[in-house]
Amino acid sequence: MSPEITVLACVALPLLAPALIAALHRWPNPREAVTLLTSGCLFLLVYSLHDAVLQGARPAIDLVEPLPGLKIGFEVEPLGMLFALLASFLWVVTSVYSIGYMRSHHEWRQTSYYSYFALALGSVMGIAFAGNLFTLFIFYELLTLSTYPLVTHAGDDAAREGGRTYLGYLLGTSVIFLLLALVWTWSLTGTLDFRSGGILDGAVTPGTASMLLILFIFGIGKAAVIPFHLWLPAAMVAPTPVSALLHAVAVVKAGVFTVLKVAIYIFGIDFLAEIPATRWLMYVAAATILLAALVALRQDNLKLRLAWSTVSQLSYIVLCALLVTPLGIVGGALHIVMHAFAKITLFFCAGAILVTTRKTRISEMDGIGRRMPWTMAAFTVGALSMIGVPPMAGFISKWYILFGAIEVQQMFVVGVIILSTLLNAAYFLPIVYAAFFRTSQGNPEVENKDAQGEAPLMLLMAITVTALGTVGLFFFPDLPLDLALQLAGASE
Amino acid sequence: MLLSNLPALQVVIPLASAPLCLLLRNPRHAWGCALVVSWVVLAIAIMLVRNVYTGGTISYAVGAWATPWGIEYRVDMASALMVLIIATIGAIVMPYAWRSIEHELHQKHTGLVYTCYLLCLTGLLGVVVTGDAFNLFVFLEISSLSSYVLISLGSTRRALTAAYQYLVMGTIGATFILIGIGLLYMMTGTLNMMDLSQRLPEVADTRTIRVAFAFVTVGVSIKLALFPLHIWLPNAYTFAPSVVSAFIAATATKVGVYVLLRFFFTVFDARFTFAAMHVGEILMLLAVAAILIASVVAIFEDNVKRMLAYSSVAQIGYIILGISLASTAGVSAGMIHLFNHAMIKGALFLAMGCIFLRLGSVELKDMHGLAKQMPLTMAAFVVGGLSLVGIPLTSGFISKWYLVSAALTDGYWPLAILILVSSLLALIYIWRVVEAVYFNMPGAQMHKIKEAPASMLIPTWLLIGVNLYFGINADLISGIARRGAEVLLGQALP
Repeated sequence: MSPEITVLACVALPLLAPALIAALHRWPNPREAVTLLTSGCLFLLVYSLHDAVLQGARPAIDLVEPLPGLKIGFEVEPLGMLFALLASFLWVVTSVYSIGYMRSHHEWRQTSYYSYFALALGSVMGIAFAGNLFTLFIFYELLTLSTYPLVTHAGDDAAREGGRTYLGYLLGTSVIFLLLALVWTWSLTGTLDFRSGGILDGAVTPGTASMLLILFIFGIGKAAVIPFHLWLPAAMVAPTPVSALLHAVAVVKAGVFTVLKVAIYIFGIDFLAEIPATRWLMYVAAATILLAALVALRQDNLKLRLAWSTVSQLSYIVLCALLVTPLGIVGGALHIVMHAFAKITLFFCAGAILVTTRKTRISEMDGIGRRMPWTMAAFTVGALSMIGVPPMAGFISKWYILFGAIEVQQMFVVGVIILSTLLNAAYFLPIVYAAFFRTSQGNPEVENKDAQGEAPLMLLMAITVTALGTVGLFFFPDLPLDLALQLAGASE
Repeated sequence: MLLSNLPALQVVIPLASAPLCLLLRNPRHAWGCALVVSWVVLAIAIMLVRNVYTGGTISYAVGAWATPWGIEYRVDMASALMVLIIATIGAIVMPYAWRSIEHELHQKHTGLVYTCYLLCLTGLLGVVVTGDAFNLFVFLEISSLSSYVLISLGSTRRALTAAYQYLVMGTIGATFILIGIGLLYMMTGTLNMMDLSQRLPEVADTRTIRVAFAFVTVGVSIKLALFPLHIWLPNAYTFAPSVVSAFIAATATKVGVYVLLRFFFTVFDARFTFAAMHVGEILMLLAVAAILIASVVAIFEDNVKRMLAYSSVAQIGYIILGISLASTAGVSAGMIHLFNHAMIKGALFLAMGCIFLRLGSVELKDMHGLAKQMPLTMAAFVVGGLSLVGIPLTSGFISKWYLVSAALTDGYWPLAILILVSSLLALIYIWRVVEAVYFNMPGAQMHKIKEAPASMLIPTWLLIGVNLYFGINADLISGIARRGAEVLLGQALP
């Protein structure tokens, strides 16, 4: 299979899988087999591309041209490769986890759950491999729509409210700001192609570019920069596997991925440095990092705390894009991967606790580490990685980000990152401490002989894989690092 | 022989078969007749559009009387687009009509419905192919009178008052148009549009011509339901039989817009219309008001057909907004949206017809939990709704893109923002329906409801398919619209 066809297959495969999943809705086991098979094949397909991309190949294919000069087409470059590898690998793990979770939890509408999940992943592949900003925008909107049924899966009033916020923020920002930025860019430059060095340099004044940059950064609502971040906590009404893969990895990372793509290939980081708004937006991103971390500190619901932590961590990557230095780009690209592994582990643990003990609140989780040692050990790995303690993956990306900040003499960024590291420790370590070192007084259910035991096996398998990945990426960061370095090389 | 007479056949075939429908006593035969005619009309329309696309504007002298003495049929790119819209909607709606009409109307009225439908089709097609100002008025009245009858046949008694209201407003509009055309005839001695356009500049600077222009503009604005002359529209669309709502919503107001374009750019010229009469500013203001006010009203409507009717008023605002920019980009954006909106609204009203057939109501409170019973109908509604909002890969997105870029090109960036913000208003009113049918608890009787029959679902999904197709591959429509706009503006701008 030629690389071009492989690229097409990567997008088409998950988009077509729902037909088969829906057809098998009466037979749960074959239905889930389709999900597992699709995700496995997808990962293998994506993986088969990476060697060529590392050697400098850029397989590209154009499909149709809905508007004159604006094609729907795909082109694989290092950042997209990295994102696709990440999302497709974690989809395999999440599928295993989903099956265990949905069955133990006796969830309804499982067919539509797996169908929309596959659609969402197809949209993510479209975003990752998009050959131009127009294609990226189309799949960006598709991702919003295909995840809406997942967010509102429970079908109750809370789900409806959450779904309303979700759709309102994401479609609102993308339709008003992002689409405006797209049409504007197109009318100024006549193209929306991704080009190294950017397409805006020389075509617009720094003032116009400032306006455009503001529209882009706030228009990409999936990056959850304050004040357009409230959809992410609202999305936590979804089943935990959805929160884990989509709202810690695929959807939010699609946001920051788009930010990086726009910074590198639409503005170009040299031009970005000349734009006055870059600096102001850096302050906004820094404020997001700190404020969201402070809010996370006050959340008692575990999933909500994780969600606010995600808001905070996403702005690391936005900040990286605005640092306008190749090292910052490396740090941002790596943080997409490193944060993903740690955060998905944490969400998996939250889901495992929910399924096993029906607990959602941190204050009820005293002593839970004795009952679920395996789960809470993985939770600890994830938490340490979020803080950036070696030997966890989070250390590597933080290292590059700090390096980048020091290189461009942005000491205030260094300060923000150190402060946020302290806050990370402040909202994660108490959970770990309470789980292992407190006894669950006045909480008979944990003591109860009937309520013993770890989470179901399929959940534990998934948790183990991502936790091992979090540690493993510290020792073997070669693949993401090579891709990130190639990306930074291309952006110079 | 046959091919050279296409413009005449386009009008004559439905006109001649209308009485036939009335004579066929059996409702099924009448329907069969209307169905065959609709498809023949579509076939002719496609041939006609192809001829115009490849060979340029067609001029046809009716009865071989030479212009400007005889009536001229003149089909250019702008007319071709309209012919395509009307014929497509007609051909798709007719297979759907049988079950819906059978359910909603008394049997004794069935023949009448198909007769009036064919007359309405004749009128609408006639308006867009004719090159004669008075002939245009006649066809416009044929379509209007037949649509008054069609609306009055609605299943509730309120259809009568709705039709009466439309009749009063429509007749005022028709009278204004007639006065305007009369004044033009008085000043120039001709009724042929091309002839008018050549003779008008000599007398353009007279009060009579300005008054004539004003009469025509206001008259046509009533017909196309430009805010604030839209008050007949919500009731008419709400209480008409479902098929009629779908057909009229998709075509009648669009033909009104076409007439406006014809008068603005062909009969008068763009310089007179926009520089001397300052219509651009007025239309822009009214369009903005229509978009905002009607969208907000739609959000608060509990009857979904009525909600869609207000949405139509807002969408007409978008079309007029494009035209008011008076640039090739603006006018072609308006025409693209004209086509796309016809397809979107047609599909949405057809979905409503499916619901009315099974549920007997289109009130939001009766539709709770309906998605489980009628999944295909509601899926069609959601896709059509997303197209109305302008989500990528639907035709509504293409319209929005062209409108926003036309506004930005001319430097009207507040308009660009307005277009984008108001598309979110559409999201709100569409999503009210989505939440009601997908999330609310179904009522006690809901489990008896079945999915709509295939004869109604297939036409609905066909229109949805058209929406998706032109959302992915818009070359054809944007090409026709751009050339249509060039033809219209080209005559005015040297």
